[in-house]
Amino acid sequence: MIRILNGEVYDPINGIAGEVRNLYICDGRISSQDAGGRTIDAAGMVVMPGGVDMHCHIAGPKVNTARKLRPEDHRAHEIAKTPLSRSGTFGSVPTTFATGYRYAMMGYTTAFDAAIPPLAARHAHEELNDTPVIDKGFFLLMGNNEFIMERIAAGEKEEVRHFAAWLLQAAKGYAIKLVNPGGVELWKSRSNAHTLDDEVTGFQITPRQIIQSLAEVSEELSLPHPVHIHCNNLGIAGNWETTLETMKALEGRRGHLTHIQFHSYGGNPGESFSSKAAEMAEYVNAHPNLSVDVGQVMFGDTTSLTGDGPLGYMLHQVTGCKWVNVDIENEAGCGITPIEYKEKNSIHATQWAIGLEWFLLVQDPWRVVLTTDHPNGASFTLYPRIIRLLMDREYRKEMMRNVNQKALAQTTLPDLEREYTLNEIAIITRAGPARLLGLQDKGHLGVGACGDVTIYEKNADWEKMFAAPRYVIKDGQVLIEDGHLRGETYGRTFYVSPAYDPAIEGKIRKFFDDYYTVRYENYPVQLEHYLPRPEAIPCRV
Amino acid sequence: MQIEAAICAFCGCLCDDIVLTIESDRIVQAKNACALGKAWYTAHSRPPDLPAARVDGKSVEVEEAIEAAAILLTKARYPILYGLSSTSCEAQRHAVALAEALGGCIDCCTSVCHGPSGMAVQGFGEPTCTLGEVKNRADLVIYWGSNPAESHPRHMSRYAVTSKGRLTPNGRKNRTVVLVDVRSTPSSRFADLLLTVRPGIDFEILWALRALVLGRKVEPAGLAETGITLAQLTHLAELMKNCRYGVLFAGQGLTQSAGNQMNLSAAILLVRDLNQFTKFAIIPMRGHGNVTGVDQVLTWQTGYPFGVNFSRGYPRFNPGEFTMVDVLRRKEADAVLSVASDPAASLPAEAVQRLTEVPLIAIDTHESETTRLARVSFMASTVGIRASGTAYRMDNVPLFLKQALTSIYPSDEEILGRLLERVRELKA
Amino acid sequence: MADNTFTLITGRSGAQGTGISWGKEGEGYREAVQLVELNPADMECLGLQEGDAVRLISRYGATEALCRPGNLPTGLAFMAFGPVANQLTGAETRASGMPDTRGFEVRLEPVLNRRGVDKR
Repeated sequence: MIRILNGEVYDPINGIAGEVRNLYICDGRISSQDAGGRTIDAAGMVVMPGGVDMHCHIAGPKVNTARKLRPEDHRAHEIAKTPLSRSGTFGSVPTTFATGYRYAMMGYTTAFDAAIPPLAARHAHEELNDTPVIDKGFFLLMGNNEFIMERIAAGEKEEVRHFAAWLLQAAKGYAIKLVNPGGVELWKSRSNAHTLDDEVTGFQITPRQIIQSLAEVSEELSLPHPVHIHCNNLGIAGNWETTLETMKALEGRRGHLTHIQFHSYGGNPGESFSSKAAEMAEYVNAHPNLSVDVGQVMFGDTTSLTGDGPLGYMLHQVTGCKWVNVDIENEAGCGITPIEYKEKNSIHATQWAIGLEWFLLVQDPWRVVLTTDHPNGASFTLYPRIIRLLMDREYRKEMMRNVNQKALAQTTLPDLEREYTLNEIAIITRAGPARLLGLQDKGHLGVGACGDVTIYEKNADWEKMFAAPRYVIKDGQVLIEDGHLRGETYGRTFYVSPAYDPAIEGKIRKFFDDYYTVRYENYPVQLEHYLPRPEAIPCRV
Repeated sequence: MQIEAAICAFCGCLCDDIVLTIESDRIVQAKNACALGKAWYTAHSRPPDLPAARVDGKSVEVEEAIEAAAILLTKARYPILYGLSSTSCEAQRHAVALAEALGGCIDCCTSVCHGPSGMAVQGFGEPTCTLGEVKNRADLVIYWGSNPAESHPRHMSRYAVTSKGRLTPNGRKNRTVVLVDVRSTPSSRFADLLLTVRPGIDFEILWALRALVLGRKVEPAGLAETGITLAQLTHLAELMKNCRYGVLFAGQGLTQSAGNQMNLSAAILLVRDLNQFTKFAIIPMRGHGNVTGVDQVLTWQTGYPFGVNFSRGYPRFNPGEFTMVDVLRRKEADAVLSVASDPAASLPAEAVQRLTEVPLIAIDTHESETTRLARVSFMASTVGIRASGTAYRMDNVPLFLKQALTSIYPSDEEILGRLLERVRELKA
Repeated sequence: MADNTFTLITGRSGAQGTGISWGKEGEGYREAVQLVELNPADMECLGLQEGDAVRLISRYGATEALCRPGNLPTGLAFMAFGPVANQLTGAETRASGMPDTRGFEVRLEPVLNRRGVDKR
């Protein structure tokens, strides 16, 4: 039991924006009753729900391969064991223990890995079980699944839905994720999808059909989070048209477009590169069915790791750095390469500016989420600096002076005067993503919500304030105090369990016999073994 | 009783289509398994004939052996944990925690099989794929320094040569198979093209192949020492460039021969170059059941795949410094814990010498040179037969191995978990 | 094979592989790891017949094995991984962690008046 007294509370879901209030936590949840217990005097401090990262890469095969790929990245960032915590290494792709502790230190208590191939779901769960403190889950790659493509081609919409539900259950995943729909399949024959209407060789379908089918399936299954889309043509000049086409293809259905910054480019490949954030933000503002997370780029050394195989190859060709590609049977792909974003590089400066334009141009903060697509745009540890860029116009202008001026001048960023309020920050870092994820007891401080509370000491430097909360409380336990870990805990794993018609199983089994190298029986993740703290989030029809 | 779709954890293939027939708690038949798999299932389902724990050769309660092992390990200044290739990821997770708690080293069999592959990946990356892509797409398969017929007997039928898939409906007929080796082996007869090369010259050949693939001139005289001609190599380069989906399986012939990680680096760069023309992948022929898994676990917990040291309280990686053979040869290790491996029978004599000089603790599923030598030894239940757990196939596909027979000894996971708990108490 | 010098390759063999499971005290395993395979022409040059004992000396150590003709080029010798071959392999890893286990020189000397079990 904890009492948090006299804090300045930001709880946007419950319409509380900076009122001084008392909060009580009882049995790990927010309570209306003061049942005593430890008292935290939060007078003069800012109180928010625990942060929610809705799109990051923290577990599973490509993350671990990226760790393996970059010993040089770990060497300068070592973390020693303490009596309460395990050791690890950081850098752009931190180890599992280091990841969990660091999110907690930053006041984040929930994170979702955004791209797990179902075949490796077991691997992702194993890593999440070694990721302390935070609650977690992952999105399941389906945009290049050959069974789904075959069923779409056959016009069997119902079977697509039954299969998607079966797959979510088998992998214990949370949402349907598309990565370069159709393009990753094409990359297996060294091609790619460049428009929504390119044919996916061998399947006689198009990316548009994949997007539409799975958006529909997400809605029909009433999944808590809508279809989560990494569009075709990521990173390519002129890709904004593809992104806009994708938004239109949803035809009013709900859809979340992820790391939108990477998909907002005008110009022509090899010739010009510009921002189309303003035009696209206008479209998003006018279409309430859409939400985005930004995928902000920050300058420095990081690792690009993606389920988008052809993108990985393109980046490798640009940087000349070491390169990993993994083609994953019948389902997915992966590309990994180190990358350094440089302030004076005109493309990198444009990307940085586009991210900030998105934050500042989307009018409804509930539909734009703070992410860096960790570690692709930057490490999640830079969220506090991004918050300062959004809240502090003078700081933003100062930072703008360091970047390639020609590139900057081509964007609307120099003209944007908006400053985020604390309440808006609370929306884009916790309330908004929790709501978009469909997590009813996350992202707010109403009665019955999870006892995940972050308490910040005010500081004129917003970065410092958000980087080091005074207290972080998880499920009613004070875990971080003055930057020190005070306890050991492992969070829950969220997954969904939508219903399907068991008649589909025979067809899936046949498909496994023909094309997989693992047996149908050995594919599903064993719930009791791999999810020590499972929590099924209901699909509300 | 029958169990369908059991998983054989002897080698890195992790074949998951084994049908087990069980009679009075013994596996009497393992249908679909190869000779290595049949021996593994049969031998590991024998009734227990040894005490679960021994200290100085005398049978003791497991608890007493845990205490003895914990004391030996905590007294040591530079203990090393080694092996872990034939056990579950769950056990491996405890092992890393134990090495951290002790402030010692942890190394796995990787360092003496595909450690050089791991180092090459760190240098240059790895264009690769899962074995199902080989089955579905590959029309060119190259085994280099590998003898799958004896090391991974079902590799060719399940995955790479005769298997049928989406773009390979006729299996063997849809593929060209190349073997590069220093000698003729039982695998040779499966090849369309057999290149017998001189030992220790792989790097030079791979480098010349890179040049040919990229259209550069290679002097025939430069190949004089390799055992093959420019015409043969040019033919191979053309096959590689012109295939639809090529796969190079890299064997221990590359990692253990002169050049080691440089051989693998050359192979990776060759495959990378080939991706300018077509799709090409490289897959190391990882050996023991879950040696791939221990790389995974070590990497997600420490950032490094083998040869990790915790003496500063955080993980450091340095092959040649923190790897088993080196730590033994330099006589630095002053206690050794071997898990699911037999270093006394598998390492060079000079390294084994050190095992006889220091306190040795062994956990294994059967008696071995190492358990015989050990001051404290534990018998453990075999994962996939008498215990459950996770294992990663050679292409990093994770599978759950189910227990088929009653457990007669504690599992590695259990023993290491108890040992970890006791070591933490002693260290506190 | 000037001066009776061979390049020794170690590797997996079928019997050695099954021996890992059956236990290394088993007959099959012991036989498998005790063998050295040579090109038949090399054996003839050295006056060796199948089953003859030979002494192998490397820069790291020495051991004895029984020879058998194998399908491998002249100048090459093959032994299965195991405790016998390990007497010859080297623990120097040249900063790789990988010992010298494959493709190093051994000198081979027939052991006079000693015959192993003739398998023919």
